[in-house]
Amino acid sequence: MLRLERRPQNSRTMMYLSPVFALALTLAAGVVLFSIMRVDPAEALYAFFIEPLTTTYGITELGVKATPLILIGVALAIGFRASVWNIGAEGQLTLGAIAGGGVGLALYEVEGFWVLPLMLAAAIAGGMAWAAIPAFLRTRFNANEILVSLMLTYVATLLLSYLVHGPWRDPGGFNFPESRVFHDAATLPIIVDGSRLHLGFALALFVVVATWVMISRTLIGFQVRVIGSAPRAGQYAGFSQNAIIWLTLLFGGACAGLAGVVEVAGPIGQLLPSISPGYGFTAIIVAFVGRLHPLGVLLAGLLMALSYLGGENAQISLNLPLAVTGVFQGLLLFMLLACDVLIRYRIRLRTRSAT
Amino acid sequence: MHKRAFIKVLSGTLAAAVLATGPVSAQDPTKVAFVYVGPVGDHGWTYRHDVGRKAVEAEFGDKVETTYVESVAEGADAERVIRNLASKGNDLVFTTSFGYMNPTAKVAKQFPDVKFEHATGYKQAANLATYSARFYEGRAVIGTIAGHMTKSGIIGYIGSFPIPEVVRGINAFTIAMRKVRPDAQVKVVWVNSWYDPGKEGDAAKALIDQGADIIAQHTDSPAPLQVAEQRGVYAFGQASDMRAFAPKAQLTAIVDEWNYYYVDRTRAVMEGTWQSQDVWLGLKEGMVEIAPYGDAVPEDVRAAADSVKQAIIDGSLHPFQGPIANQAGEVVVAEGETVSDKDLLGMNWYVEGVQGELPK
Repeated sequence: MLRLERRPQNSRTMMYLSPVFALALTLAAGVVLFSIMRVDPAEALYAFFIEPLTTTYGITELGVKATPLILIGVALAIGFRASVWNIGAEGQLTLGAIAGGGVGLALYEVEGFWVLPLMLAAAIAGGMAWAAIPAFLRTRFNANEILVSLMLTYVATLLLSYLVHGPWRDPGGFNFPESRVFHDAATLPIIVDGSRLHLGFALALFVVVATWVMISRTLIGFQVRVIGSAPRAGQYAGFSQNAIIWLTLLFGGACAGLAGVVEVAGPIGQLLPSISPGYGFTAIIVAFVGRLHPLGVLLAGLLMALSYLGGENAQISLNLPLAVTGVFQGLLLFMLLACDVLIRYRIRLRTRSAT
Repeated sequence: MHKRAFIKVLSGTLAAAVLATGPVSAQDPTKVAFVYVGPVGDHGWTYRHDVGRKAVEAEFGDKVETTYVESVAEGADAERVIRNLASKGNDLVFTTSFGYMNPTAKVAKQFPDVKFEHATGYKQAANLATYSARFYEGRAVIGTIAGHMTKSGIIGYIGSFPIPEVVRGINAFTIAMRKVRPDAQVKVVWVNSWYDPGKEGDAAKALIDQGADIIAQHTDSPAPLQVAEQRGVYAFGQASDMRAFAPKAQLTAIVDEWNYYYVDRTRAVMEGTWQSQDVWLGLKEGMVEIAPYGDAVPEDVRAAADSVKQAIIDGSLHPFQGPIANQAGEVVVAEGETVSDKDLLGMNWYVEGVQGELPK
């Protein structure tokens, strides 16, 4: 009989190596998968992981796709470390897009260097306001922040839908549910000529570094880690759990809101009924694949983005169905969880008599 | 000196020879690409576009090479996919959802030598054509059938997004239905998605619970028909013949027929006669078709539906022919008038007989 037995001590090195093992195992499983599909595995893996990066445009697109995942993933990772489960980043992203985009539309054709910073600030405030609701309900009434933040996502999506179908609809747009296209002063500057890579990517990198410093070098970071792993110990040390809940949720909301506005003021360029293909949810996966560490999240965000680009490319180059991308992402997560289990536990073979 | 001059001449000849072999590339297959908003297995909208793609392959064999990318989100991702297709040597790119309009227009500007065709939009350029079908003509036919077949006088209608395209369909359906059954009402549920079998099925259940005995839909999955089949009510298939999913419940279906269009436009690119255009074709041109009637539809109802279809084809009937009243009962289109194409394209009001308020 197989039994899982907790290891007395987890190897720290192995914890960080686990994603690497998982990736290697996923690639191995991919080789099997493609062989069964009668596709040359080397060609398929090339199409998935290498070809999207063979052009400058491809590399910049990787940055474009990864930007919201990194921004949100980093912030969620901090919350998860403190055992605050913000599942509603998608809603906070939407609110950020609404608040930031709303400022852009209100200042339509107003020129000025301050338009864009104002949009970003409004978006951060919008995301924070949306995250403040679960924070308030959790700290005041002990309402489960998972449910509250998740449900608020649907409210946010419907609010955006209402706005683009109604008051913010493009007057010259035949009643189609789209806002006007933002004018230049309300659009993020491009940082690589001829591409779509915008200032948002630089902001994401900045947030990664800033968060890293905060979590590893400041008292707040220490409190987050203590409250997350041993809430009682944190309380004895005089750390306020409520303060940490507020802090992590607001930080999550701020980053998600920022991600929302950089999407609409960046590659999209206007408000649409649906502005994110689920970045707020994918970022949860990114946070865990990145081991809840800012630098890990950066790498995980890029990897996840690459899997999307690779999936598109495999469809174009090899006519592989989209489902393969889904299977691939699923495999990666499965392997990661499996590796984690084997690092925390060991498998013991026991005879029936022993039990 | 002589030698050098000779080399110059030689190299010049070689260059000319290389140029002369240029037409060899004309034998390369014409590359046609498609961008889909849903999965090719949705059995509805995207499925029908993919049937059109296969028709292009069947028609031209190895003279064409087709590619598709499915489930491309209408947002930041679309531009990258369209651009990648253009940069990979495709000659003709079809983008098959309204939300691809701005990304298609952007990429079309960057790739003047590639031809683009965008379905259901309104932005054209020298290398960007638009095409759409007058699905509302089909709605008038199924509305006629609904008017005859409903007992409760309540029809449930599952809408995707409250855009003019969908509102126009609801109105055309309601007008035709009330010509047969003046007291019948249409209840609309919006699911805010083109393809979400779970939500579509739930919407169908809710509508049946509210007394609807016929379900119509403007979403892409057969889930509502499956619910109708289980609950013993009737329904209409959408975009493709969905009879296999609801053999008893499906009265008929509005079928999108892109095959001819895609074949024609591919041929135009091959022959170098492609030009930008804006077309809106219907029952007459065969871009909209009505699937075979279900067994439940009696002879007289079939005859009534056929005559509406025939009248639309020969031009004696326009689905938006006055008098048409709005929800408040005021006649907004007088007798003898019809709604213009321009007003149809921007339609954002309900006719009398539709319940509820249009989300704005």
